[in-house]
Amino acid sequence: MDIKPALKKWRIAIGALVFTAVLGAAFPESGRETLKLLGENVSTILGILVPVFILLGLFDVWVPRERIAPHLGEASGIRGIVLAVLLGASSAGPLYVAFPVAEVMLRKGTSLRNVFIFLGSWSSMRLPMVLFEIQSVGPVFALSRFAASLSGILIMGVLLERFPGVEDRVAILERFAE
Amino acid sequence: MERLCPTLMTWFLYLATGVLLGVSAAASPEKTKKALKKALNTFVNILPPLTATLLLVSISVAMLPQKVIASLIGEESGFSGRILASLIGSLTLLPGFVAFPMAKVLLEHGAGVAQMAVFISTLMMVGAATAPLEASFFGWKVTLLRNGMAYLWSFGIGYTVWLAVKIWI
Repeated sequence: MDIKPALKKWRIAIGALVFTAVLGAAFPESGRETLKLLGENVSTILGILVPVFILLGLFDVWVPRERIAPHLGEASGIRGIVLAVLLGASSAGPLYVAFPVAEVMLRKGTSLRNVFIFLGSWSSMRLPMVLFEIQSVGPVFALSRFAASLSGILIMGVLLERFPGVEDRVAILERFAE
Repeated sequence: MERLCPTLMTWFLYLATGVLLGVSAAASPEKTKKALKKALNTFVNILPPLTATLLLVSISVAMLPQKVIASLIGEESGFSGRILASLIGSLTLLPGFVAFPMAKVLLEHGAGVAQMAVFISTLMMVGAATAPLEASFFGWKVTLLRNGMAYLWSFGIGYTVWLAVKIWI
């Protein structure tokens, strides 16, 4: 009974394997090149993924988001911004997991600006992911992307808070005010 | 792409993870167990898409002549290459664990640095597929603004990374 959902999850991977095997057999030269590429990448990736995932798990368990949220309010200033960035950078999961978290933060008093900064740093500056990125594409690429993302996220946080107009802001906050 | 002593980095990563894991286990065995369970879950979840993507990227790169990749998303593809990269990045939902190895292979086979940075940035910050979900939390106006600004800024990130790589490598 357990095999069915597993099969469903691996469906695309199995399809890709068949596709690759057929093409590789039809064009042996490309097939050999494919094997070489796979060999180069699989070992490095698996090797680095293990610590990265453990770090993500540890961050997720130890970072007390609920307790930090009230310190990210309107009056939190630079400290609030730094905390919001760190909170986002030390989290795990794809962006759509962050939306419910952002909702909880808004409920607990985090300002809109800091919520958007949190979302931004969650999406593109997660620390374990940056380590993985350095491994994959090199430190210059990873760190310059990190810096450019950070500056954009801060600017977007400020703009997003101002742009939608006061009534929208009130509407969002009211919806989250319980 | 040049790489700064990858094995040293890996060792450091393992060392740091080991130390943190030890501290965590000493402080709270239950929490540590929970963290490890979470890590295992994420890992198991990521394996199928990671396998599929690696296979497909490897065979594509092996089949497509470097020239074709370069003309689509290479350094010389210029603005249209960046637009193409940004559209793929905005429309697809790939985790970073899959995107970075993919970018590495593509970079080694003719893809441009700016184009790959635009791809990764839009992939992470712009989500066309998740926009309805985002709108259910923040409303459409904010959702469109956030995604729109992130989309535009991705080109700025592409330029910055391109410049940095040009200067330091």
